[in-house]
Amino acid sequence: MSEAVGVIRTPSAAEPDWVEALSTPGRARDDAVERLHALLLRASRFEVARRRRALGYVRDNLDDLATQAADDALMAIMAKLDTYRGDSRFTTWAYKFAVLEAGTKVRRRAWQEREMPLEEEGWSRLPDRRAAPAGDLETAELLGAVRDAIADALTPHQRTVLVAVTLNDVPIDVLAERLATTRGALYKTLHDARKSLRARLAEQGLEGATA
Amino acid sequence: MSDNPLLDKLLGPDGPELTCDECFEHLDRYVELEHTGRDADAAIPGMRAHLRGCPACAEDHESLSALLAADA
Repeated sequence: MSEAVGVIRTPSAAEPDWVEALSTPGRARDDAVERLHALLLRASRFEVARRRRALGYVRDNLDDLATQAADDALMAIMAKLDTYRGDSRFTTWAYKFAVLEAGTKVRRRAWQEREMPLEEEGWSRLPDRRAAPAGDLETAELLGAVRDAIADALTPHQRTVLVAVTLNDVPIDVLAERLATTRGALYKTLHDARKSLRARLAEQGLEGATA
Repeated sequence: MSDNPLLDKLLGPDGPELTCDECFEHLDRYVELEHTGRDADAAIPGMRAHLRGCPACAEDHESLSALLAADA
């Protein structure tokens, strides 16, 4: 990649003016939409192939998943075309929509038939600080303190989100769909929960061990 | 960060970080800066911390980066 990045740029000979082409009604727009969809489909297939392992038992036609992701990415891009500021190449900007759509679809499909472990008590599997294994007392002390803080310092919703995402490895966008909320809202909950845990550790003089 | 992966997952990044929406907004520029050897973290503060704390955004970052590398 030889072009300068990180600055507002005008279209170059190496990259057509996608925004102009996609905004102007007519044959040129139809052609641009077709070319963009082809790029998005390539990006979606790339992403689905990268995440293939997560779909090991799924027998679906994965190209349908990639096509649906490309279709949804195209719709999102056309709706947000006026937000493209030119601080990356247009194709990079467009690719991120395909990666998001394909990645989310793969994660949701992989979890579609799986039971989601949401039990708040999952945190209780963390080691008790009184049962610290010899040789790693500091880590065991910290994990025990975190375990206590999860029990005492978090709301039930914060515990549910923290346990699902960090201990049970439930993808946050999958959890968001199950809880009828958004990825951003759940991450805010996770962030606030982590902040509360850190504050509780700080009260016990343990914050330095995690910095 | 600690030297224990479980603690890192539970406690997340220490310090300011972007939200998921902000991460998505800047992801294309961040990855291009990385690919051209620029200081992406200086240009977009809080991105690296968010990528450490949010597995889904970290996956999107890895994928976009791999896609650009495949295109190069």
